[in-house]
Amino acid sequence: MSVTAHDHDHAHDAHEHGHAKPGFVRRWFMSTNHKDIGTLYITFAFVGACVGGMLSEIMRTQLAVPHNVLIANGTQWNDIITAHGLIMIFWFVMPALIGGFGNWMVPMMIGAPDMAFPRLNNMSFWFLVMGFVFVMLGMTIGSGTGAGWTIYPPLDNAQYSPGVATDFSLFSLHLAGISSLLGAINFIATILNMRAPGMTMHKMPLFCWAILVTAFLLLLAIPVLAGAVTMLIMDRNFGTSFFEPAGGGDPVLFQHLFWFFGHPEVYIMILPAFGIVSHVVSTFSKKPIFGYFGMAYAMVIIGFVGFVVWAHHMFVSGISDDSRVYFEVATLVIAVPTGIKVFSWIATMWGGSIEFKTPMLWAVGFIFLFVIGGATGVILANAGLDQELHNDYFLIAHFHYVLSMGATFAVFAGFYYWIGKMSGHQYPEFWGKVHFWTFFIGVNLTFFPQHFLGLAGMPRRYPDYADAFAGWNMVSSIGSWISGLSTMVFFYVLFRVFTSKQTLADNYWGEGATTLEWAVPSPAPHHTFEDVPVIR
Amino acid sequence: MKRSFITACGAAALLALASHSALAQAADPTAAANAYVNAPKPWQLWFPEAGSPMQQQIDWLMQYVLWIMTAVVVFVGVLMGYTMWRYRAAKNPVPGTVTHNTLIEVIWITVPTLLLFVIIFPSINLIWFEGDDSNPAMTVTVTAHQWYWEYSYNDVQGGLDYTSYMVPDDKIDPSKGEIRRLSVDHPLVLPVGEKVKFIITSADVLHGFYLPSLGVQKYAIPGTTVTSWTTIIKAGTYYGQCNQICGLNHDAMPIEIKAVPAADFQAWVKQAQANYTLNTVTPAPALQFADAAAN
Repeated sequence: MSVTAHDHDHAHDAHEHGHAKPGFVRRWFMSTNHKDIGTLYITFAFVGACVGGMLSEIMRTQLAVPHNVLIANGTQWNDIITAHGLIMIFWFVMPALIGGFGNWMVPMMIGAPDMAFPRLNNMSFWFLVMGFVFVMLGMTIGSGTGAGWTIYPPLDNAQYSPGVATDFSLFSLHLAGISSLLGAINFIATILNMRAPGMTMHKMPLFCWAILVTAFLLLLAIPVLAGAVTMLIMDRNFGTSFFEPAGGGDPVLFQHLFWFFGHPEVYIMILPAFGIVSHVVSTFSKKPIFGYFGMAYAMVIIGFVGFVVWAHHMFVSGISDDSRVYFEVATLVIAVPTGIKVFSWIATMWGGSIEFKTPMLWAVGFIFLFVIGGATGVILANAGLDQELHNDYFLIAHFHYVLSMGATFAVFAGFYYWIGKMSGHQYPEFWGKVHFWTFFIGVNLTFFPQHFLGLAGMPRRYPDYADAFAGWNMVSSIGSWISGLSTMVFFYVLFRVFTSKQTLADNYWGEGATTLEWAVPSPAPHHTFEDVPVIR
Repeated sequence: MKRSFITACGAAALLALASHSALAQAADPTAAANAYVNAPKPWQLWFPEAGSPMQQQIDWLMQYVLWIMTAVVVFVGVLMGYTMWRYRAAKNPVPGTVTHNTLIEVIWITVPTLLLFVIIFPSINLIWFEGDDSNPAMTVTVTAHQWYWEYSYNDVQGGLDYTSYMVPDDKIDPSKGEIRRLSVDHPLVLPVGEKVKFIITSADVLHGFYLPSLGVQKYAIPGTTVTSWTTIIKAGTYYGQCNQICGLNHDAMPIEIKAVPAADFQAWVKQAQANYTLNTVTPAPALQFADAAAN
């Protein structure tokens, strides 16, 4: 695909005469600008990642040796694992990929001056911040929230999780959900209505396709989560018994509702990652993406099929054999469009002139590790095998390969790819590569041995384990400490970016970067495309 | 079938009693299980040794699927590695322009689809096999509690129902073969070579009845029962753990199974009926009805 802009004015300063430059409070607390809100989202995701990451370091340190006493008791442990899961999903991956890069790049990529509903955009962000406050209260108040991020009843009902903490965590999901829902509506309205003349759907960059599909997934999945969470809150506080067997309710119903949201949520986290990786691979291979239609519609198919596979999370919840067969087969089908994406990325590189700048390292790392996570996903999709592997460390290894490595690698790929466009300063190439390699070694050392622990039968969410599991747990913990140190390298990269005096060209990646954000200056001015660009 | 097995067990037990002295009767009837211990090993890389036909089939299918997926990962890895090396900027300064090739796109849709068919058929057979809990020789109702297991033998005369708690870390005696975090005070004792059906439920929150060496895993769900089954191949001690988060002692409710020959099992039942009365927990009546319906 080749998109070029013309007829648009680079002399953006001339356009700003009408506006007084907003003060700090007005700019950052009442923002209606998609770039500023994107920056807020990314900054906030950074905070979420630091908190969630610190929780994982605590967890891995506790698990480094058996019979460790770093964590005082099982309640504290359960609070930490619950908060780690919720924070990493709702306050790191989603705000980084959707709210952050989505807000920053989608309007620019489609040639729109801003998001369709700028104030709604601001509201989305601040709901998320309040949600974070709530989830932190949920972790720390009283005995905290200890039902795991999947919040299955009856463990989180009023009898087994008394106190207000669990209510805080449940409301935090409502707030994060409203935030995502409003964001999704905004993205759909923007992408469907505000594309520049000539920017047809089939010329639209793949990242915008990814965000569009993601937004539809959010629109359909979040209300189901909201319903389930509301029923939980009613059970806890108003004496209903949606999920209480004693009152005729069914705990398994919650699992169905949760995973009807939860499985699309997996694709909500990974589709924007697919989008970013497509751009990075294309840019650094200096070739347009291979099989654009296949790439776009593979995402649409993944999104669609992603809605009809949810009970593969429930293979041991007593669902019937027929259901197990159906959900296994439906799940395996997703391997096909995912394969299209992987092979198309490789075909994009094939024949290219590949430069291994830092974003490309993260993107290539993403593809390979995602393939490993996808392979273990195919294994887990077999209901018969899941009976052995469900909820053990093999599963932990699997979903961290697609999230801790997949989604996170894509976040870093996007960061290194666009930081020059967003800040106007380039990252230091050497330290970016150091960050990549240390992180790559760290996460692989953390999560690969967990496959063995799972095969040996170590269950998840255990603060203490049989002594025979000690060896691989120590290796895994060492890996997590390496990733922790690697994050220090990333802090240094950030320091270098924000103290840099270097200025950048509009398109600092050169011929390979063809989307519209490269047609505006670096850093992108406060307002872009006040004159509508026309796409050839 | 069930009745004939119990009768046979009874006859065997009578024979055993007749041919043994009173001393033998007092001996531990589960001693036969001590000869073989199927517990996790340090640096273990693969499943535990299969203790049941179900786990044998899981082990086989896992190897089958894992080899296919390993081939896929290696293929993609080698292809990527070659592409990255062959088309690096230093070697190939001028990028190509090919962005479409219908043939190759059709190939990379059809080949993975065919691979899925290769996986799906044996995989679906395993589902039917795992789900076939018909004609058990006996049934055991497993009730999970915060934080212990309760085992109720539905088919033994006079009934038998007892609880099983983890041996606390400071009471572990390695000289008796006890394993920290896995050993319990009263193991679940089962006859070797007989099909045992588990009727799994919970008295409070969700728990997971997880026996890795036997290929059994089901949630224990309050208000409903989930069934599974096993046939233990050889006498020995097998371990499992709770595998669904259930509160602060989630990691402290392991499962220990002693599989013994049928005659020993019958002797153990008599002994247990005499000795375990103290820690008997009476199951809720509703549960008993649910079990009857399930059978």
